[in-house]
Amino acid sequence: MHSFWAVFKRELKSYFTTPLAYVFLVIFLFFSGYLTFKQGFYEMRQADMRAFFISLPLLFVFMVPATAMRLWAEERKVGSIELLLTLPITVTQAVLGKFLAAWLFLAIALALTFPMAITVCYLGDPDVGLIITGYLGSLLMAGGFLAIGCFFSAVSKSQVISFVLSVVACAVLVFAGMPTTLNFASTFLPAGLVAAIENMSFQTHFESIQKGVLEFKDLSYFVLLIVGWVAASSIVLNERKTG
Amino acid sequence: MIEVKELRRSFGPIVAVDGVSFNVEKGDVLGFLGPNGAGKTTVMRILACFLRPDSGSASVCGFDILKKPVQVRRSLGYLAENAPAYNEMTVGAFLNFVCDVRQITGSKRKQSLDRIVPMCAIESVYHQTIETLSKGYQRRVGLAQALIHDPDVLILDEPTDGLDPNQKYEVRKLINKMASDKCIIVSTHILEEVEAVCSRMIIISRGRILVDSTPEKLKEKYRCTLDEVFRKITKAKVA
Repeated sequence: MHSFWAVFKRELKSYFTTPLAYVFLVIFLFFSGYLTFKQGFYEMRQADMRAFFISLPLLFVFMVPATAMRLWAEERKVGSIELLLTLPITVTQAVLGKFLAAWLFLAIALALTFPMAITVCYLGDPDVGLIITGYLGSLLMAGGFLAIGCFFSAVSKSQVISFVLSVVACAVLVFAGMPTTLNFASTFLPAGLVAAIENMSFQTHFESIQKGVLEFKDLSYFVLLIVGWVAASSIVLNERKTG
Repeated sequence: MIEVKELRRSFGPIVAVDGVSFNVEKGDVLGFLGPNGAGKTTVMRILACFLRPDSGSASVCGFDILKKPVQVRRSLGYLAENAPAYNEMTVGAFLNFVCDVRQITGSKRKQSLDRIVPMCAIESVYHQTIETLSKGYQRRVGLAQALIHDPDVLILDEPTDGLDPNQKYEVRKLINKMASDKCIIVSTHILEEVEAVCSRMIIISRGRILVDSTPEKLKEKYRCTLDEVFRKITKAKVA
C-alpha cells in the first residue's frame, strides 16, 4: 500500500512541477467553454449543462490520450522504468498508482469547470441532480479513455505512437455510438449487431447517465472497461520482462 | 547471499546470458567484467527482478527472484546503467520518493538522509532538479538512491562511469568501506578498479563465464597486468 501511495503522490506532483498541467488545464478549460457556447448555450434558453456535457466526448478524445501517453512511454524512453520496477513494488501497484493519479488530475480539470455550473445556476433554476450525474458520467468516461491510453502507453516506447493509437481507439468507441454511424450500419447489418455496436460505445452509455438515469448496465460498462484496460496494461508491462 | 544457477536469457536470436552460475557471500566484492555486449547488464537486471530469465534460477538473501521479487528488491540496492531517475524532480524530492516506496519514515528517514547525502557528496545539489546535474552528480544521486535503505546486497552497474578521477576515488573508497558487511557486485570496464575494490572477479563473454577467480590469482597465473589478462582471456575464447 505504501508503495502505491508513493507512486500516486509522485505522479500527481509531477503534473504540476512540469508545465504539462497548466498547458492542459488552460486548453481544456478554454475549449470546454468555447464548444459549450458554440453549441448554442444561450439559444437553447434552458438552464442546464447539456451543451457542455455533449461536447465533452469529442474534447476527451484528444485531451485524455494526451495525458495518458506519457504514463509509461516516457518512463521507458528515459529508462526510469528500470528504477521504478526495481524498487520494492509490484507492477500492479505501479500501474494503479499512475492510473489513479492521472484520473485524479482529470477530475481536477473537470472540477475546474465549476463556473459553468455557477453560470447555469445564476441564469435559472437547473436540476442539480442532472448536473451531478453529468459530472459523474464525464468522470467515468475520462477514466475509460484514460485506461485505454494507459494501455497504449504501456505498449509503445514512443509517446507519439501511443497517442495516435489511443486517439483512434477512443474515437472508434465514441463514434460507434453516433446516430450517423448507427444509421449507416443498420443499412447492411442485422439489428442485433447494430445494437451490439451501440452498446459498445461510450456515447450511448455516457448519454444515458447524462440524462440523469444511473443504470447498472451503464455503470458496469465503464467499470468493466476501466478494469479491463488497466489490467491489460499491467499484463503487458509484466510480459515486457520476458519479451 | 546471492546464488545464481544456470541462468539463461535470450533476446530473439541473440543469446545474452548462456548458463551463468555463481555464488557471492557476505564480505565479497565481486567484479563483473567482460567486453561490451557480454551479458553483464542482463545478469544484473535479472538479479534485480527487472528481467525474467528464460530458464535457471537465482536467489538474493534467500529469496527466489521469481517467487519473491518484492522481498528481493527490498533487500537489494540497485544502480542501473546510466543511473536513471525522474529528471524533473529535485534531488531531495527524488530521495524522499524512494524513502516513501521503501517505507523509511519519520526519524528514520531523517537519519538515512543525513547519512546518505554527505556520503555521496550531494549536499550542494540537494535542491536542484536532476536534469540540470552533470553526469557525475546524476550517478551519485543514483548511488544515494541505491544505498538509502542500507541494503545487505548491492548491485552496481558501472558505478564510476562518467565520474572524474576524484569522484572515482571516492566511490571506490565508499565501496571498500562497505565491503565487510555487505555483498556487492560491481560491473566495470576499468581494470584498475577491479584491483582497487574487488575481492573476486568474474570475466564473462558472450553470455558465458570464462573465469571466476581473484585478481591476485589471475595475475600470478598469467604473470602480467590485469589488462593483459583480460585481453588474453576474452580474445582467446572468442576467436
